[in-house]
Amino acid sequence: MSENRFARPGCDVAWCPGCGNYGILNQVRDTLAALDLDQQRTVLVSGIGQAAKLPQYLRVHYFNGLHGRALPVATAIKASNRNLTVIAESGDGDMYGEGGNHFLHCIRRNPDLTNIVHNNMVYGLTKGQASPTSPRGFVTPLQVDGVILEPFNPLAVAIALDAAFVARAYVGNVEETRAILQAAIQHRGYALVDLLQPCVTFNKLNTYQWFAAHTAPLPSDHDPGDRQQAFARACEEEPLRLGIFYQKEKPVFEEQLAAYAADPRPVHERRVDLGLLATTMRELGWG
Amino acid sequence: MATPPRSEVALLFGGEAGQGLQTLQTLMLRLLSQAGWHVFAASEFMSRIRGGSNSVTLRAAPHPVNAWCEKVDLCLILDPAALPRLQGRFGTETVVVGDPRSLGEVAGMIPLPLQELSKAAGGVLFANAIACGFLARLLGLDRELLNATVASYFGDSANAQSAANLAATRHGWEAAAPHAGCCALLLPSQPRAAAERPLLLDGSAAVALGALAGGCNFIASYPMSPSTGVLIHLARQARTHGVVVEQAEDEIAAINMALGSWYAGGRALVSTSGGGFDLMTEGLSLCGAIESPLVIHLAQRPGPATGLPTRSEQGDLELARYGGHGEFPRAILAPGTLEDAFLCAAHAFAMADASQSPVILLTDQFLLDSVYDIPDLPLADRPPETQIVVTAADYQRYAPSVNGVSPRGIPGLGAGLVCVDSDEHDAQGCITEDFAVRTAMVDKRLAKGELLRFDLALPPRLYGPADFTSLIVGFGSTYGCVREALARVDAPHTAFLYCPQVYPLPAEVVDALLQAQIVIVIENNATGQFARLLRAETGRGADRQWLKYNGLPFSVEEVVAHLQEEDWS
Repeated sequence: MSENRFARPGCDVAWCPGCGNYGILNQVRDTLAALDLDQQRTVLVSGIGQAAKLPQYLRVHYFNGLHGRALPVATAIKASNRNLTVIAESGDGDMYGEGGNHFLHCIRRNPDLTNIVHNNMVYGLTKGQASPTSPRGFVTPLQVDGVILEPFNPLAVAIALDAAFVARAYVGNVEETRAILQAAIQHRGYALVDLLQPCVTFNKLNTYQWFAAHTAPLPSDHDPGDRQQAFARACEEEPLRLGIFYQKEKPVFEEQLAAYAADPRPVHERRVDLGLLATTMRELGWG
Repeated sequence: MATPPRSEVALLFGGEAGQGLQTLQTLMLRLLSQAGWHVFAASEFMSRIRGGSNSVTLRAAPHPVNAWCEKVDLCLILDPAALPRLQGRFGTETVVVGDPRSLGEVAGMIPLPLQELSKAAGGVLFANAIACGFLARLLGLDRELLNATVASYFGDSANAQSAANLAATRHGWEAAAPHAGCCALLLPSQPRAAAERPLLLDGSAAVALGALAGGCNFIASYPMSPSTGVLIHLARQARTHGVVVEQAEDEIAAINMALGSWYAGGRALVSTSGGGFDLMTEGLSLCGAIESPLVIHLAQRPGPATGLPTRSEQGDLELARYGGHGEFPRAILAPGTLEDAFLCAAHAFAMADASQSPVILLTDQFLLDSVYDIPDLPLADRPPETQIVVTAADYQRYAPSVNGVSPRGIPGLGAGLVCVDSDEHDAQGCITEDFAVRTAMVDKRLAKGELLRFDLALPPRLYGPADFTSLIVGFGSTYGCVREALARVDAPHTAFLYCPQVYPLPAEVVDALLQAQIVIVIENNATGQFARLLRAETGRGADRQWLKYNGLPFSVEEVVAHLQEEDWS
C-alpha cells in the first residue's frame, strides 16, 4: 500500500496508549486519502481537548482554536473560501458542552462542513469529570455521587433541528466508520458524525467491550429520509444504533450568501471597487 | 417677540419613540444643508421601541459644527413628558413650540395645532411634514427649497405619498404665518446646488464606509446597541460590495468567525458593545496567540452590565486595553470625527493586516448617532492588498523574523500547509512545551507592538499654540466640544491634543505631555481611564480631570465652564 500523503509520521502523540483516538485518527486519515481530497484545500478545525489534537497528527491545514469554538471558525472558513473542504472535529465536552450553542446554530445555518465529535462520555484532559453525554449515575472525581443530569442526545437534537446529515459510528467498527465518514464528507451541507470511542484512562464503564456489547447497526430497512423514524431510533438507548440516521438535501449556508450572488470567487481574490465605493458613499451621504 | 436674525441656531425636538423624530431630523438636516448652512444633529433616546421621551438636538451654523450643546434657541415639544425633561435647556429667549391640545396651556408657547392639522392631512403620519413646514417658516427659510426637500424625501411628486406630504407641509407653513421669522436665521450666502451636496452622515455610516475602504469583506456580529448600525450598513452593502455578512448566535461565535475568515484570506470585522466585547475577550486572546489580523469595532455605552443601553460613555478604554488573557500586542484607535471614524476604520484593517494583531476601533453612542455634514471622505488611490503570501512546500506559519511578523499564508494558496494553534506552538504551528521556544514566541509576538507604536501609528493632532504650557488631552468623541469651547474662551498658552490612537501611545503624545506644565485630561467616564493609561505609559499623569458619566456626552457649555474655572494668569 502506498504511503498515505495525509500521514504525518514522527509526531509526539499526546494520547494514552490504547486510546480510541488512535483509531479515529487512522480512519480520518484513510478517509481523506480514499476520497482523494486535495491536501492543499483540506482544512481541519478543532477546539481544545485530547480529541482536538488530532489535526496535529495529519498533514493538513489546521486551525486549532478555542475550547468549544471550532464550528464558528469552520463555518467562516467555508464561507470565505467555498473551494475548501472543511472538517470540524473535537470531543463531546467541546462540541456539545462548551460549544453547545454553536452546535445548534451551525445545524440551522447548514454550512457544507463535516462535524466529527469524538464521544467518549467523559472529560479526559481535565482528568475524568462528567461530559454532557455521560450516563446518569456515572461516578467521577467531581460527580462524586454520580451524574444527576440527563445525558445530551446529540443525534436526537440534530434530527429535531432537521440537520442535513446525522450519523453515529463506533471506532471499533473500522470499515463501517470509514464508510460513514466518507458519506459525511461527501454530503453537501452540515454533516454530524457522533463517533463513539472509549477513554481507557477515565471511563471504566464505556469500554471497548461495553461498546461492542451495547451498539448495533441500524436495521437494514432503516430509511434515512424518514425523519420520524430517525428521531425514534436516535432516542433508543439499548442498543445504541450505528449508521446514517438521517440525510436530507437542503440549501447550503454559503451558497445563499449575497456576497456570492454576483461573484463566485473566494473573498481573498477580491479587491474593493473604489469607484463603486464612491457611489455608495454619495448614496449613504444624505442624512 | 421676534428677535433679530441670528447667525446660528440650535433646535431641540422632544417626542416619544415612534413619533417620527428621526424623519423630522432628516428633513430639517437636508433642508438647512441645502439652504447652505452647516448642520449637526445628535439624538438621545430611551431603550424602548415605543413611547418614552427622546430628543434630537439640531444645530445650523455658517461654520462646521460637530458638538453637542445644551442651550437651545427653539424647542418643538411633541409629548407632554418632553417639556419637564427638556426645559432646563431653555434660555430666556428660547422659542417653545407645541400643540396646546396635547400639552395644555404653556406660557409663551407658540401654538402648533398638530393634532388638528394631522387629522386634516390624513393622519398622524403627516405630523413630521407639518412640523417641518411650520419650523421652516419660523426660521425664515425658503418655501421652494422646503417643498423640494420634502418632495425628494418622500419620492417624486407624482406619487400619492409625496403629494400628501407636500400638502401637509403647506398646512404647517400656513399655520406658522403669525410667527413667521420669529426665530429667523441670517441667510447664508447661497443655497447649495444639488451637485455641491456635502456628505450628511452619521458615525455608523462613516465606520461602515471606512471598513469597506479598508477592504472589509466579512462581518459576523450579534446585534447590540450602539454597534448594530455598522452591521446593518454592511448588510445593505453585502451584494454590491461582496461582503459576507452573518448575524452570529452570540459574540463568541462572531469573533471566532472573524478569525476563521482572516485565516481563509478574508478581511473580517466584528462590531459590538461592552457586554459583547466581554464575551469576545477569549477570542481576542486567541487572535493574539495565532497572530491573526482582526478588526473589532467596540461601540461604547455606559456600563457596568446592561447599564444605559442607548446612551453614551467612554468607559471601556481599559476593557479594550486589557481585555483578553495573556500578553500580546494590540492597537486601539478612537476617532472623534466622521472623517476620522472613516479613516481609522480603514486604517485599522491595514494596521491589523500588517502587524497580524487585533486592532480595536473604539467609538461611542454619541459619535455613532451624530449626523453632520462633511465635504467628502478621502478614498485611497488604489484598493488595499491583503498581505498574504503564496506558500512553498516548506512553509512555516510562525517563521522567525526581525520585526516579529511572519509571512502569512492561507489554505489553498501555494504548496505549504497553514497550521495555527491556540496552544503555544513552534514555527510550524505544532504544539510545544519547550521553554526556549515559548520564550522566543512570546518575544516574537511582542515585537510586533513596535510596528503599532511607530510605523503604523496614527499620530495625535495638536490644536493651539505650539509653545503651549497648558495641554488639554482627549480621545474620541470629546473632540468637537473641546475645539468649539476653545474657540469661545480665551485660554492663553493652551492647546488641545486629540489622540485618535490611544494605544500604543505614539511618540508625539509622550513629547507633548512632557512639554506641558499643566495636563488636563477630558474623558466621558467616572474614573479617568485615559489619564491612568497616560500615566502608566508615560509616567506623566493628569493635573486636572474633566469627567462626565451621566450617560450624556459633554456639551460645549460644560467645557466652556471648565475652561473658565481654570486660572489662566
